[in-house]
Amino acid sequence: MKTSKLMKGAALGALLAAGAVVAPAYAQDSVYFANNAYRTGPFSGSGIPIGDGMRDYITMINERDGGVNGVKIVYEECETGYDTKKSIECYEQAKSKNTIVYSPWSTGATLAAIPRAHIDKIPILSMAYGLSASADGTQFPWVFIPPFTYWDGASVMVKHMAAELGGMDKLKGKKLGLIHLDAPFGKEPIPVLENLAKKYGFELKIYPVAAADMQNQGSLWLSIRRDRPDYLYNQGWGAMNPTAVKEAIKNNFPINKLVGVWWAGGDDDARAGGEQAKGYKSLSWANAGTGFPVMQDILKHVVEKGKSTTPKDKVGEALYNRGVYNSMLVVEGIRNAQKLTGKKVVTAEDMRRGLESLNITEARLKEIGMDGFATPTSISCTDHSGHSKMFVAQWDGAKWIKGSDWIEPLKDEVRPLIETNAKDYAEKAGNWPKRTESCEKSS
Amino acid sequence: MFYREAGQFKSTYAADMAVFPIRQDRIGIAVILLLAFVGVPLIGNDFFTSTVMIPFLVFSLAAIGLNILTGYTGLISLGTAAFMGVGAYAAYKLTTFFPGVNIIVLVLVSGLFSAAIGVLFGLPSLRIKGFYLAVATLAAQFFLQWAFVRVPWLFNYNASGAIEVPQRLFFGIPVTGASASPETRYFVCLVLVVVLTWFASNLVHGKLGRSWMAVRDMDIAAELMGIKLLNAKLLAFAVSSFYAGVAGAMMIFFWYGGGEAADVFNIRLSFNILFMVIIGGLGSLIGSFFGAAFIASLPTILKFGLPALGVPLSGATAEHVTFMLVGALIIVFLIVEPHGLARLWQIGKQKLRTWPFPY
Repeated sequence: MKTSKLMKGAALGALLAAGAVVAPAYAQDSVYFANNAYRTGPFSGSGIPIGDGMRDYITMINERDGGVNGVKIVYEECETGYDTKKSIECYEQAKSKNTIVYSPWSTGATLAAIPRAHIDKIPILSMAYGLSASADGTQFPWVFIPPFTYWDGASVMVKHMAAELGGMDKLKGKKLGLIHLDAPFGKEPIPVLENLAKKYGFELKIYPVAAADMQNQGSLWLSIRRDRPDYLYNQGWGAMNPTAVKEAIKNNFPINKLVGVWWAGGDDDARAGGEQAKGYKSLSWANAGTGFPVMQDILKHVVEKGKSTTPKDKVGEALYNRGVYNSMLVVEGIRNAQKLTGKKVVTAEDMRRGLESLNITEARLKEIGMDGFATPTSISCTDHSGHSKMFVAQWDGAKWIKGSDWIEPLKDEVRPLIETNAKDYAEKAGNWPKRTESCEKSS
Repeated sequence: MFYREAGQFKSTYAADMAVFPIRQDRIGIAVILLLAFVGVPLIGNDFFTSTVMIPFLVFSLAAIGLNILTGYTGLISLGTAAFMGVGAYAAYKLTTFFPGVNIIVLVLVSGLFSAAIGVLFGLPSLRIKGFYLAVATLAAQFFLQWAFVRVPWLFNYNASGAIEVPQRLFFGIPVTGASASPETRYFVCLVLVVVLTWFASNLVHGKLGRSWMAVRDMDIAAELMGIKLLNAKLLAFAVSSFYAGVAGAMMIFFWYGGGEAADVFNIRLSFNILFMVIIGGLGSLIGSFFGAAFIASLPTILKFGLPALGVPLSGATAEHVTFMLVGALIIVFLIVEPHGLARLWQIGKQKLRTWPFPY
């Protein structure tokens, strides 16, 4: 094996040059917001509408209002393909460009970013995904998980089941099946469901789906047919969801007893089942459709002016609207940070304060054209999630409609679990930074 | 002209047998090491160090591991990612049990666990060869990845099934965990990679390496010459898995810093490392570095470098362009030189010796 310097030196030099030019570039009267997107890869079916919704709301704020109090939001997407390795690269880029908030958009990316963000002092906004324990603001001052966690979702699933059966006492002896992606994201609801199963005397059956077998669930549905669960909760993502809906129909499982987590509630997920998917349910906190003033503004200022790549008929889909909600949280966080600090161009540390005292009331939702669009939520110093209300959405054959009243999660069940797990996380990490950030009064 | 060994006389056998017999090569190595140890930390920023250099080092080590098995001994393995995973989980469990022991020692020790598992899954190699062996090692990939998800003891019963890398100090400086600076992590990786590469170079140039190559070229002939196939093949699996295991532990502890580890060590990673070895050059240590740079670092550099240089690309478009460019480059390189970048490098050096008057 022989080696010489010229070519390798040149190659290394080229590597150095390419790395060194990645430098922050943003104007004075703007704030930079990095969003992880996945418009490629096996999860792009879900990633594209979310990314579109997030981008279009920010564009609308920039176009209609000239930014937040005159400060434009420089929005940049970093493509992850839902791959943790790439998301780490994206985190590093977001950090080097001084993002005011990091939006990881995958549980894996969130888990990898949480320890870093506490050192780099960058707030993470993981909207209804990520590490459930991070809802404990005393241990995780830099992570926000509004409007609720997967654990809240699992408790609402049980409440919904009880409501249909006629009361919590009717749960005894029933069977709840959990189909989940065999990854950290999919396993999240298990501890809560296990606790509730013990408490209310129902049986919990768990059906894991390996990521490689997302579109190949035949054998799993054989076991479901054998076990005959009364209800099925689907904690799935990407190609796994339409497959589950199709399999449920094929196996004659009553489709209105199949309830997906909010990420299993995309339009394409339900559409895959065709006519018979009518009645499929999913938890949700944001209504679909374009009948809200905010959606009309997006259509008017962004889509119809050709400032978006979103096809017009995709505006208002369930996942698109959740993207809109996520961007709304960012914008309101900036607004709140501006109010607290009196500065116009806020930094990541200001943004953390802004998010920590975020209080999105019904009245505020009405002001920003989201009356009836989504759940109000409020974050506090200790509670970084809000444990807000959600509803069960139902597929009517063509679109998602609100299928239940607002349901409050079982906070008494979820909160103690969050606190023990948060403490456990901090202990295991060894030298986990103690919270030094002072608390804001809720605005 | 300047790359010529004229006038360099060797007066001992040792000098004649040296890995780098030509003075220019030795200077070259010194320059590269100087660049790696001094240049990169001085010039590179945090982004470059942590997203390009650390992954490059980790993948180089994994590729060296697979190259020992596939390139030198001729046994194809599709279980590299799983063996890396064994190293990562072993290091995690070891540092949980022995929090006081130096993490760098534990990373090296975790390679031994990986080696043991590697030997176990290497046993079929005594009977089967080629594609059939590749399929047999696939079993390792699937079984081990299944175990990473299904055995909660491995991730300390974490509710999310994730590894959380704790902070560990090395002479008072944090080397793992979030507060470890990218430079520190880079230095640790660099030292490990340099030392292990030196060790691998000695192995493959020694008796063991020659017996591996004999097995690769024709195992029956090797057996007739007195090489014990059992020892040679299983040692190749052991050493290869050791390297993979150390690379896996480095990946989680010095690069990822925790997260969904089971998902990281998937079949795609195994294939990627196999591609690094094939494109870099089978049976070549320098080829492992070329392969890692090409498959792992080039896409990152293109994706973030092109927009930074002012090419108007962003988000998904940058990703698509990167896919196309890297794909095209793979085809170009394989047409120009099917024996990999290392062979290209050899040809280049040969041409340089006669330059400017080739004959």
